Amino acid sequence: MEEALVDWSRAQFALTAIYHWLFVPLTLGLSFLIAIMETFYYKTGNEEWKKITKFWMLLFGINFAIGVATGIILEFEFGTNWSNYSWFVGDIFGAPLAVEGIMAFFLESTFIAVMLFGWNKVSKKFHLVSTWLVALGANLSALWILVANAWMQNPVGMRFNPDTARNEMQNFWDVLLSPTAVDKFLHTISSGFVIGSLFVVGISSWYLLKKRHIQFARKSILLGAVFGLLSSFFIVLTGDSSGNDVAETQPMKLAAMEGLYKGQEGAGLVAIGIVNNKKEVDNDEESYHFKIEIPKMLSYLAERDPDAFVAGVEDLVKGNKKYGIEPTKEKIRKGKIAIQALKNYKEDKKAGNDEAAYTHLEKFENYYDYMGYGYFNDPKETVPNVPLTFYSFHLMVILGFYFILLFALVLWFSWKDQIAEKRFILKLGLWSIPLGYIASQLGWIVAEVGRQPWTIQDILPTKVSTSHLSVSNVQVTFWLFAALFTILLIAEISIIVRQIKIGPK
Amino acid sequence: MFENLSHLALQQYWWVIISLLGSILVFLMFVQGGQTLIRTIGKDSTERNMLINSIGRKWDLAFTTLVTFGGAFFASFPLFYATSFGGAYWVWMLILFSFIIQAVSYEFRRKPGNFLGQKTYDTFLFINGLLGTILIGAAVSTFFTGSEFSVDKIRLTAESANAITRWENGWHGLDAAANVQSLLLGLSVFFLARVMGSLYFISTIDDKNIFKNARKQVGINAIFFLAFFLVFLGMLFTAKGFAVDPESKKVFMEQGKYFHNLLEMPIVMVIFLLGVIGVLTAIYITWFRKSKKGLWFGGFGTVMTVFSLFLVAGFNHTPFYPSTFDLQSSLTIQNSSSSHYTLTAMSYVSLIVPFVIAYIWYAWTSMNKKNIDKEEIEGTDHAY
Repeated sequence: MEEALVDWSRAQFALTAIYHWLFVPLTLGLSFLIAIMETFYYKTGNEEWKKITKFWMLLFGINFAIGVATGIILEFEFGTNWSNYSWFVGDIFGAPLAVEGIMAFFLESTFIAVMLFGWNKVSKKFHLVSTWLVALGANLSALWILVANAWMQNPVGMRFNPDTARNEMQNFWDVLLSPTAVDKFLHTISSGFVIGSLFVVGISSWYLLKKRHIQFARKSILLGAVFGLLSSFFIVLTGDSSGNDVAETQPMKLAAMEGLYKGQEGAGLVAIGIVNNKKEVDNDEESYHFKIEIPKMLSYLAERDPDAFVAGVEDLVKGNKKYGIEPTKEKIRKGKIAIQALKNYKEDKKAGNDEAAYTHLEKFENYYDYMGYGYFNDPKETVPNVPLTFYSFHLMVILGFYFILLFALVLWFSWKDQIAEKRFILKLGLWSIPLGYIASQLGWIVAEVGRQPWTIQDILPTKVSTSHLSVSNVQVTFWLFAALFTILLIAEISIIVRQIKIGPK
Repeated sequence: MFENLSHLALQQYWWVIISLLGSILVFLMFVQGGQTLIRTIGKDSTERNMLINSIGRKWDLAFTTLVTFGGAFFASFPLFYATSFGGAYWVWMLILFSFIIQAVSYEFRRKPGNFLGQKTYDTFLFINGLLGTILIGAAVSTFFTGSEFSVDKIRLTAESANAITRWENGWHGLDAAANVQSLLLGLSVFFLARVMGSLYFISTIDDKNIFKNARKQVGINAIFFLAFFLVFLGMLFTAKGFAVDPESKKVFMEQGKYFHNLLEMPIVMVIFLLGVIGVLTAIYITWFRKSKKGLWFGGFGTVMTVFSLFLVAGFNHTPFYPSTFDLQSSLTIQNSSSSHYTLTAMSYVSLIVPFVIAYIWYAWTSMNKKNIDKEEIEGTDHAY
């Protein structure tokens, strides 16, 4: 019963987040692209650039509306479906959400009205500033929500308060500027830039293939390719430092990403591979059916040392004395002591036995670091879904490198003024639009599935985070969201396709 | 600066901010009210498009205010966020669904290939106007009527069923829709939003027909609003209310508690009266003087009235989210708030709010310099 509630709550969160993330990256990337386009118009006074700006702005507006529609639920879903989470870490987690609203959403929503409707109502300069402010607002909102998410991966700057039974913030700057937050923000917005660029390149490719709006498409595709190429280099850089951060803060996630069961020194990075689904911590199955490795690369990427030790799933579950890894079983035992001590403390405090309460408190504080583990019974529960994390990670990386190649080719031939004749590359550009979305969603699967079974890494298990609801309530809302969002997605794609067919005016 | 304030002072400061956000949200729901009047006021498609485009440029402001209201409540009073959203699940879900369908409707309604057809999106806007206002009103009324929930933090240490807050009936918030007082406030908000929507049309559209019909709607909806709201206030001020003993922190019932709050907090009383006068003035000058300036009085009046009601709900030793299931589980601004540190940090963030209001004001006036007329709607290339 409770397990079903957790599963359905997770399914609903995943569903709504995945839908939301179909629209957000385009907003993040396209907002900057149209701001750049409008800047060209402002500087040159060339009407062609105005036409270009207005066309992409039209598509932006359609996509933005549905991004907003799917976003509101995420703001409230922490409360509706994860109320225990909301109390347990709300003192830290709530702040970025509020800041996001105050600092970013108002900026976006105020100036998008000027951007879309203000062409003849405000000065050219004010209009341009508004467009840039929309881009800034969109990316600022990404900053705050990603700070919040990064904190779930690597909780810092807080302390548990046994009297309020929750974690409380100790240092705002630690939360905001944690390396995990910085990496996550940069990596994620650059994925949005890549998607924005793929969108512009892909649609421009279609016009060139159809020999329509040639001037418009050539200007757009060139801009898209430049922005895309820069962004995809940046995504590799930030991806590398994210990987390094995961190695340090979430070794289990790293092991799952690589399908690495047995840790080793000088570990290789799997370039391509098939993991063995039957492999578990306590059997002797092979970890992979097949793999091609880049020797020592994983050790280098994780620890910046080609000979360093990288822990595998088995080391993390069973422990590894040589490298000072504590067995999970031991962590669970200590965690249960912490939970019991907290209970005793609160009961004695309530009954007015201050002295006894103090003893329990001392014990609790000694064991608090393990409290989250105390909710598990079997060490195996702490292993995420390895195949899903592994494939998501590898496919994402392969796609990331493919985008560099694509943008480079498009840029090269645009530069040589030959792009209109290169039909194969144009087709590749068109069909690469969905690949950008796939890569970005895979990235979130790595981040979120790889963190399981925790909502807050090592602090709060997912199963302790839900609201007290009967599972049928969540099932009903799950299907309502699934139906509604699917219908709206169909409508959005249909409108965008129609507008593309109509073309710039 | 803020770090030297006591925890209680910060809690009060944040309750004021939440109250302001809530009251601005109710004012901005003129968008929702307007959405329910499109077919009533607009007699042909051009008129309807003028109406939609008038409120359509403000819809995301109302929407954003709702989202920020949620985020700010989460950051400042997380126990409320956990208890109410996780408990009154269905009320909030219905509110959210009604806003989801709103958010796409303006942009999609007249776009070719929109899959569902213009009528569906216009119906979405109507549903949002109807459900959004009534349910938000009903949800806020539980600040006074209470709900059936319990809070017990020791559950965190249990083997299973760890949720520290529990809704203690299966209705998950729909119980509010069956409560007379909640319905009264819900309907008051609905009709007030329609009054305000009509006032907004009057102030932003240059069209004789629309002015005539919108003015008529101000009159009709004002009567309903005043009737429902007066009965609500009557019940509120005479009924038993929830009170906290300042010494023992125990919650108990007190006859006429909310009226006492007004009497014991004269400033709140003044705000309340100013608010009522503002709304009445708006109705009066629009109806009797055919003025186009009603929006400003109405907006001021709405913000002040709702603001004062929030202050009555949370100040003067009053639990703002009372539990009828277990009085002692009731939430006060003290027992549900964030830590001193977080409230301090958030208070610094709140310093940018005047700046936010300033740029919203600037953009608003730049965009509304010229009123909407037929030519604009028929001639423009980007209209909803």
